[in-house]
Amino acid sequence: MLAQQMVNGVLLGATYALFALGFTLIFGVLRVINLTYGFYFSAGAFIALYLTRVLGLNIVLALPLGTIAAGLVAVAMDSLLLPRLRHRRTAELDSLMVTLGAVLALYSIMTAWLGPDIRRFPPGTISADALEILGVRLTAAEGLILLASFVLVAALMALMKFTRLGLAIRALAEKPDAAGLMGINVPATSRIVSFLSGALAGAGGILIGLNFNAIQPYMGESMMLRGFVVIIVGGMGDSRGALVAGLALGIIEVLTAGYIDSGLKETVAFAILVVVLWTRPQGLFGRAVGQRA
Amino acid sequence: MKRRTLGLLAAALFATPVLAQAQSVPVGAIEILSGPNAAYGIAIKAGLELALDEVNVKGVLGGRKIALTVEDSAGSPDQAVNAARKLIGRDKVVAIIGPTISGEMFRVGPVTNERKVPTLGTSTTANGITDIGPYIFRTSLPESDVIPVTLKAAMARGVKTIALMYANDDAFSKSGFDVMKAAAEKAGLKIIDIESFGQKDSDFSAQLTKIKSLKPDAVGISALVEPTSGVLLQARQLGFGQETLFIGGNGANSPKLGAIAGAAADGLIVGSPWFIGKETDGNPAFVAAFKARYNKDPDQFAAQAYDAMKIMAIAIDKAGAVDSEKVTAALAKTDFKGVMGPFQFTDHRDPATAAGVVVLTMKDGKFVILK
Repeated sequence: MLAQQMVNGVLLGATYALFALGFTLIFGVLRVINLTYGFYFSAGAFIALYLTRVLGLNIVLALPLGTIAAGLVAVAMDSLLLPRLRHRRTAELDSLMVTLGAVLALYSIMTAWLGPDIRRFPPGTISADALEILGVRLTAAEGLILLASFVLVAALMALMKFTRLGLAIRALAEKPDAAGLMGINVPATSRIVSFLSGALAGAGGILIGLNFNAIQPYMGESMMLRGFVVIIVGGMGDSRGALVAGLALGIIEVLTAGYIDSGLKETVAFAILVVVLWTRPQGLFGRAVGQRA
Repeated sequence: MKRRTLGLLAAALFATPVLAQAQSVPVGAIEILSGPNAAYGIAIKAGLELALDEVNVKGVLGGRKIALTVEDSAGSPDQAVNAARKLIGRDKVVAIIGPTISGEMFRVGPVTNERKVPTLGTSTTANGITDIGPYIFRTSLPESDVIPVTLKAAMARGVKTIALMYANDDAFSKSGFDVMKAAAEKAGLKIIDIESFGQKDSDFSAQLTKIKSLKPDAVGISALVEPTSGVLLQARQLGFGQETLFIGGNGANSPKLGAIAGAAADGLIVGSPWFIGKETDGNPAFVAAFKARYNKDPDQFAAQAYDAMKIMAIAIDKAGAVDSEKVTAALAKTDFKGVMGPFQFTDHRDPATAAGVVVLTMKDGKFVILK
């Protein structure tokens, strides 16, 4: 049972990490807490649902298309909401309030339009076969989530470290004004960051929807609270931190539910958040001030 | 001549209201006909009116028709209370059917009880409804009457041990769990594990893995239909097969279960006070008449209302007069066989028997009667 519970924990953690990845990116670079991120997560899942259900596309096509579409939705929404906020002195708090209002409006529009019912990808979208080794089961969707979380974190880190775009993004994160003076196209780079973050959210929504079979407009909202814990504990703006903190949170929740009491799952998770913030306000991986991404 | 005309005129003037009264018996209903929960009230109204037309063919009290006034509560207890006052004060109803939900009944009941107007709930399942007073009746079976029937069916299939799961942040799910736990203990089932989850959770892997390692014969789930579907889908991912019997609470009794969980729900059993395919006397005819008139399938709420209207009509007829006290006394003596099954009231005005409960099982995403 322990082996299976560890697998469950890693999987749950991978979904948290997958969700938190784009959220932490946009905070690290643009210094805004963008709660509309949860909407891109729901949007990605719904677009892929439409592609598979109505247009009958294979998930192999629906996944990248839904990811790109969610990225474009993010560019449109962020260009509307964020530029005005980024230059305020209290950008963090202002963006939190504005995007909170915006995301609630977006969720309710989506609910009014599509209904609150839970939907799922058509059965057979992804093989239901499970790999079973020594009593530990892993389904195809679960394998895909694990793989995607690690690949996306690695790709994001490589992009940041080894490409000119990554350099520009890091410069933007460091000092937006100086980056502009050095010839970096700040609005365009910001839009690319929005696109990347929205695409990560969309991919997360599709994969998590595929695994948990629960696609509905507010799915992003229920992930948001865990997403917050993960990026704060991992250090805001740190993608490696999000991966480690996500995995840790998932494993702790599963072990609490499996060996202590399922009613205490959340108690333990949020107690950890409080303890981390008390002892390391910058998170486990965060550097003291500034220098994020 | 002149005097005769006047006399006739006077006689006509006085006689007309008396005649009108002699013709129809006013009965009121308060249901949710608008707002988010309108589906329940609309189904109930359809059931009431279908039964009303059948009753009025013969009439009551020697050929008098029942005049049913249906008021909309919009799901608001305040509006329901106003409707009750209007029905009693202006329409002078002899009895009231409804309101739709327990929350409304807790506000309407004290008003109608004080005015001594018998009030018959058809869909109010909460504890304590009939404690409101001696004029408050209900025909809806509380969950505590349904679950034991389901567990009995499970035990007939050899279930001896059970694990229970429930959503711990939802009052409906928690109260269903309390009922399920008490019923399992009373039936002599061994409860080997109790796990909880959040109503909005989508991951139940930790709880299910633990349950799987304990190998219970059955898993009872008390939650709304969405999390119940999620539990079943994930259970199949974790390798639960048909050797484990899944038992649903009231929340699982919804066609949405098949729509969301698909084949993963196959084999689950759930108890229900009514089912469209039930072969009780009159049910196939009711289903056919309902379909013919409304062009859709009846649901449990329509069936409950259909029976309630007939129970009310019989009570008025037996009372022998348009008199609330006499109707109340006659209601208490109800002995009826309807589409829900045989029906009588307890001394406390609750349904006396769960004989009409059917146990359903999921097959290919649809409910069928467990055989």
